[in-house]
Amino acid sequence: MSKALLYDAILCIGCKLCEQACAERNQLPYDETIAAESVQSAHKFTVVLSQGDKFMRRLCMNCADPTCVSVCPVGAFRKTTDGPVVYAEDRCIGCRYCMLACPFGVPKYEWHKVLPRVRKCDLCADRVAAGRPTACTEICPTGATKFGDRTELLREAEQRLREHPERYVNHIFGVSEVGGTAVLLLSSVPFEDFGYRSDLMHEPLPLLTYRVLSRIPDLVALGGVLLGGIWWITHRREEVAAAETEKSKSSSK
Amino acid sequence: MNISIPKLTFWKVVFGVVMVAAFYSTVLRFTRGLGASTNLSDQFPWGLWVGFDVLCGVMLAAGGFTLTAAVHIFNIERFKPIIRPTVLTAFLGYLLVVMALLFDLGRSYRIWHALVMWNPRSVMFEVAWCVMLYTTVLALEFAPVVFERLRMERAVNILRSISIPLVIAGVILSTLHQSSLGSLYLIVPEKLHPLWYSPLLPVFFFLSAIAIGLAMTIFESSMSAKYFQKQLELPLLKELGRILVVVLAVYSVLRLQDLYRRDALQLVFQPGYESSLFLIEVVAGLLLPIALLVSRRVRSSPAGLYVAAVLVVLGFITNRLNVSITGMEASAGVRYLPKWTELSVTAGIIAGGFAIFGLAAKYLPIFPAEEAAPRKSEGAEPELSHVTS
Repeated sequence: MSKALLYDAILCIGCKLCEQACAERNQLPYDETIAAESVQSAHKFTVVLSQGDKFMRRLCMNCADPTCVSVCPVGAFRKTTDGPVVYAEDRCIGCRYCMLACPFGVPKYEWHKVLPRVRKCDLCADRVAAGRPTACTEICPTGATKFGDRTELLREAEQRLREHPERYVNHIFGVSEVGGTAVLLLSSVPFEDFGYRSDLMHEPLPLLTYRVLSRIPDLVALGGVLLGGIWWITHRREEVAAAETEKSKSSSK
Repeated sequence: MNISIPKLTFWKVVFGVVMVAAFYSTVLRFTRGLGASTNLSDQFPWGLWVGFDVLCGVMLAAGGFTLTAAVHIFNIERFKPIIRPTVLTAFLGYLLVVMALLFDLGRSYRIWHALVMWNPRSVMFEVAWCVMLYTTVLALEFAPVVFERLRMERAVNILRSISIPLVIAGVILSTLHQSSLGSLYLIVPEKLHPLWYSPLLPVFFFLSAIAIGLAMTIFESSMSAKYFQKQLELPLLKELGRILVVVLAVYSVLRLQDLYRRDALQLVFQPGYESSLFLIEVVAGLLLPIALLVSRRVRSSPAGLYVAAVLVVLGFITNRLNVSITGMEASAGVRYLPKWTELSVTAGIIAGGFAIFGLAAKYLPIFPAEEAAPRKSEGAEPELSHVTS
């Protein structure tokens, strides 16, 4: 069963304990300066954004059909059956195509290291594999971030929307964005206000390149035959011409 | 052959300065990392080294497959005299692209990973394989010239016997990765500006590679005529110019139609950063050379052909930079300008390419011997030059 997170922004109090728990789990430094940073980076995998009394979390969406998994030339990213999208740093060559391609701008780079890695939230893959919730869920004092099976969380989110339509924007972000994500969001203000794109496709982005890539075998076969054929025709013409001059030479004798 | 102290010319001084700067930047890059040596950031992960060195580098080397296809597949014998310099340029071009990649990859020592760690769903994986295989093909296509110089006739004959399959493989591989460099951007529909994002990106990249192949051949032949005292093959170049204008016209019609169909045409006339750069690309780099090349008078003059070819090359360089940099800035929310260290590495790689080409032209039988003006070095082997190509 694929696991997921449901983040309900109206339950969030902006305490940023999730940020701290995330830093601990990933062995990253965390202090007041880092807490004040409002962008994801190689040393901060999740951020709690605030606008007045409204809050919103940003973290890796752990997509169902992840763009990073599809674009990586060496298969450094993998979608596990549990739901997390994990990164194998010993495969990564550092081309940064994942950073360019990710529709949520999630993968970040260790720009100031000589041997840099891509860094991102992996939905606490080791904990999830052991049947435990993510670090950010476990510490959340209000239940704003909830961990569970994606289908069940989706049902719960729908129920919250149905019961209190006045509290929420009528949309569960992540339900079908780029083919669905393992992080589901509920909010009282438009998701765009916190930098989530509203123009995302509702089918997996990898389809866009797969449509082209899947034609390659045909193209190779067709191209080979076509070019071989053209070569045969153009050079045969020459042979025929040569044979004919030979003939006319001998007949003129 | 007597050894003399090389004279200090203007270009040698420029070369020296560029190389010193490139050396400094190289040390910086490999001891302090990408952060210290580039203006790249989490918001803007691909800059000059991808946009220019890789995208433009591969594009500018497209003459190799265009011309080998014309001569060996379509049997247009007239172009034979210019095939060697073109294949050499392509081969050097790809080597330089690989060199640039070593700078750009965060962990360049793992560049071989794509050989053993496969992800066939990745466009980048396909590009990596095609570039690797095609560089091998180019090496084998160029090798006869070296073997000829070394009088290794057996090796020359072996390579000659597989030359047609090699050419066919080269054309297919080029078709695939030239277009795939465009496909790289198919996956960012919401990030790349609508003036450039199109489902037809692979088609545009491929067509422009052919146009560039022709334009670069004209450009290189003109340069060789000037610097290697080689006679200009004017009738040949005239014909290349004619094919070039047809390819450019087809490309322009497709681009226009695509903008119209995606409702992006009105964006062209909204004044701003993106539309200005789009207009530079299209007016100066596409429409102007078309206008020039349609005229028979321009096509018949070496200067006219040269100017048109340079415009086409600059136009498509602008196109690649627009796709990879201009068009990505708005969605990234940052402006990207390369750091001087990035520029110096690029300049160093280009300068290195020119230097190697110069040496090869001096010591290897690149240009047809019977047409070359007498040279000081006695490198060419005229009696053997009919064997290959």
